[in-house]
Amino acid sequence: MPQSQDNALVRDIANRDYEYGFTTDIETEIIPRGLSEDVVRLISQKKGEPQWLLDFRLKAYRHWLTMEQPKWGHVDLPPIDYQAISYYADPRGRKRKDGPQEIDPELQKTFDKLGIPLNERLALSGVAVDAVMDSVSVKTTFKEKLAEKGIIFCSISEAVKDHPDLVRQYLGSVVPYRDNFFAALNSAVFSDGSFVYIPKGVRCPMELSTYFRINAINTGQFERTLIVCDDGGYVSYLEGCTAPMRDENQLHAAIVEIVVCQDAEVKYSTVQNWYPGDREGRGGVYNLVTKRGLLKGDRSKLSWTQVETGSAITWKYPSCVLKGDGSTAEFYSVAVTNNHQQADTGTKMVHLGRNTRSTIVSKGISAGRSQNSYRGLVRVAPNAEGSRNYSSCDSLLLGDTCGAHTFPYIDVNNDSSVVEHEATTSKISEDQLLYCNQRGIPPEEAVALIVNGYAKEVLNKLPMEFAVEAQKLLSVSLEGSVG
Amino acid sequence: MLQGGSHPLIDRHRADALALLEARGLPTRKVERYKYTDVGAMLEPDFGLNLSRLPLRFDPRSLYRCKVPGLGSTLHYVAGDMVEAPLEEDLLFVGPMTEFARRRPDMFSAYYNKVEGDSLAALNTMLVQDGLVIWVGKGHRAADLIQVVNLAVGSVPMMANRRQLIIMEEGAEASILSCNHSSTAQPHLATEVVEAFLGEGSRLQYYNVEDAAESASLLSTANFIQQGTSHLEYAAVTLSGGISRRTVNVSLEGEGADVAMSGLVVADGIQHVDNNLLVTHRAPGCHSDMLYKYVLDGSSTEAFAGKVLVCQGAQQTDSQQTNANLCVSPQAHMYTQPMLEIYADDVKCNHGSTVGQLDDAALFYMAQRGVGPEEGRLLLQQAFAWDVVLRIGLQPLRQRLMRMVEERFRHGTSACGDCGMCGVRKI
Repeated sequence: MPQSQDNALVRDIANRDYEYGFTTDIETEIIPRGLSEDVVRLISQKKGEPQWLLDFRLKAYRHWLTMEQPKWGHVDLPPIDYQAISYYADPRGRKRKDGPQEIDPELQKTFDKLGIPLNERLALSGVAVDAVMDSVSVKTTFKEKLAEKGIIFCSISEAVKDHPDLVRQYLGSVVPYRDNFFAALNSAVFSDGSFVYIPKGVRCPMELSTYFRINAINTGQFERTLIVCDDGGYVSYLEGCTAPMRDENQLHAAIVEIVVCQDAEVKYSTVQNWYPGDREGRGGVYNLVTKRGLLKGDRSKLSWTQVETGSAITWKYPSCVLKGDGSTAEFYSVAVTNNHQQADTGTKMVHLGRNTRSTIVSKGISAGRSQNSYRGLVRVAPNAEGSRNYSSCDSLLLGDTCGAHTFPYIDVNNDSSVVEHEATTSKISEDQLLYCNQRGIPPEEAVALIVNGYAKEVLNKLPMEFAVEAQKLLSVSLEGSVG
Repeated sequence: MLQGGSHPLIDRHRADALALLEARGLPTRKVERYKYTDVGAMLEPDFGLNLSRLPLRFDPRSLYRCKVPGLGSTLHYVAGDMVEAPLEEDLLFVGPMTEFARRRPDMFSAYYNKVEGDSLAALNTMLVQDGLVIWVGKGHRAADLIQVVNLAVGSVPMMANRRQLIIMEEGAEASILSCNHSSTAQPHLATEVVEAFLGEGSRLQYYNVEDAAESASLLSTANFIQQGTSHLEYAAVTLSGGISRRTVNVSLEGEGADVAMSGLVVADGIQHVDNNLLVTHRAPGCHSDMLYKYVLDGSSTEAFAGKVLVCQGAQQTDSQQTNANLCVSPQAHMYTQPMLEIYADDVKCNHGSTVGQLDDAALFYMAQRGVGPEEGRLLLQQAFAWDVVLRIGLQPLRQRLMRMVEERFRHGTSACGDCGMCGVRKI
């Protein structure tokens, strides 16, 4: 893109606010607020689930009751009233009786507004989409085309019905319900999410994408995503999310589980743009997510790329367990916080197999009164001989009232592995700013340019469709924090 | 009993310390800063306390000849927590806390127990009977190195509660070497609290050498409070010992204060060394620099945590932190955690941490030139460790430490002098 056009784009975007903050006026079936065994049974019943899944939910719920909300993060998470949330909201509720095939035009309009192609004829560049609003998957596109290759891409509710053995085998195998407080909560009340299965030796011909949208008031989003990539398979998966602007905080506690078998490769990209709250810190989504991939087979590969610009509080660590010998994991992250946002995010790389490799590149940008922390763990087990990790965490500070923090944990338990970590924190260099200003680029644009350049290393890892959106988001998020 | 061998100005802090200890309890491994050291297990043995202040049965001065050649140091022996008679000049005092509290009660009260510590510091405050005060008056330069020899003594398992209070007035200069030795094979535990106040423009070199027995345990907390343009050079060298937990907190409170911290740990067997550092930049224009290196052999478990905290308003902060670790045994474990917590924007902070092995290419290069693999490995390990030793400002001490480090690598012991009392780590 020529320079002038690029600047115009940045300027244009910088004048916009959170643009996905609208609500959709649609009839939604919401169950009463509160959480109890009956609610768990009700959700399971509404989704027509088999007994084993209900048992799984109940075990998780009973375990959750014994746990306490964690406090160790570098975020100020107020106590959450779990009884004030409704755990199931179905925007198609009333429609289903007439026939689930047609999408409510209101829903269609909502996703059109969000730029999500639900209509396969209009879909650009062949991205298959699973659109999830509140607790229900609204539509999954290109299902049939993918099925020709044996790829299963559907909502997890459908997968439970159509492929129960696969779901039963892998659900909770990477993130058990005992894993943490929010994982237990999600395991008890998870609603919808995507299920992907890539058969042996199949390269998924298109990007798979799930779009999450919270719409209903006083609800939480508890989706669950399960991706299984069998031997020699490949898939690139994208996840996007938005929510309306509301003064109340909304809870999002999801689980993403990924299983990567021998010689398989999974790319998971997230552009997280939940509503971050207003300038005074009112409202916004609490994004408390457990994401983990198990590199089960030898020479398997998993790559997490995330652009985090939204949410009032983000507290998540997309992780990799490198179990297969010679497996490779990557984590690329840009986390932007502005106004009163708080983020404590990073990754965990647990090296169990021999000759495993991991790379962590994290870029934090803090502005306004926000707090942005990188927290990461690299653990090399005694048997993970010849393992290698390289981590690089950079933080950029825009303004003297924000904070940027780095908390890496490195545990090495053998003498043949090499682990390197480096981190820097600084503000935008005066020299670079001066250079831009001298050439007629005003300060705000110069900062946007420098920030985009700074994040380029991560943005380059995103699939093209997302890279453009992510670049736009970066500029929007930093609006008003400069000059 | 405790009050018998002490001073009322020390005694009056005991009740508050007990209350704090009761309120907080001893740190468990669930407490972030104590994640890698089991304090409960360290305190478990039935240790005795020298409450009745029984005198030593030997003269440490004749047995331990710790003088470093070329340094002209003054030696001060601390056996358990018993401190020798003071050395006193117009603007210098090195001697027992009880004596200093008697002579300068106002000054003692102004500085003693003024830094809020954690429950381990409170345990020390509650039990300490005597300690060492080093006071350097305004503008005075202590010409000789002040060498403090801490000896663990006793024919039964003993616990010593040591304390150092260092007061550097405006423009004062001093060099202190504090070394730990064991003269007993019995399990022994030392709790240690160092409180150091560096006035405007003062300069302090503080070195710590640990060359103790495997039966030794150390719980040390050091707090350095630095005023404007003061300079602190801190180095901690652990060559042998049992379980050591060292907490060092540096607070840069005045503009332009500067701290350089270095640490070297050479560990083998089941040795455990846990260095936990916190440098807080409270004022603008301060500089901090940390270099810690570990060489791990045997099945040693080592931990390093270093945090740089830049408070709001501490602009123009410049901070570097490096932790490099060499694992030479498959059973060794290294836990490292370099941290940055920053609330100001005009700062330049970075940290780096590595865990790795000796360079095969360098070993091969040496083998080609006739240096065998064993010797090559020793040379590389030494070179790795000397990076830290070379930062030590006092040249004679630097040379002595280089020799000790070499001996430690070659022979597993690190006798510092000629008296033959050291290197008794396996007694």
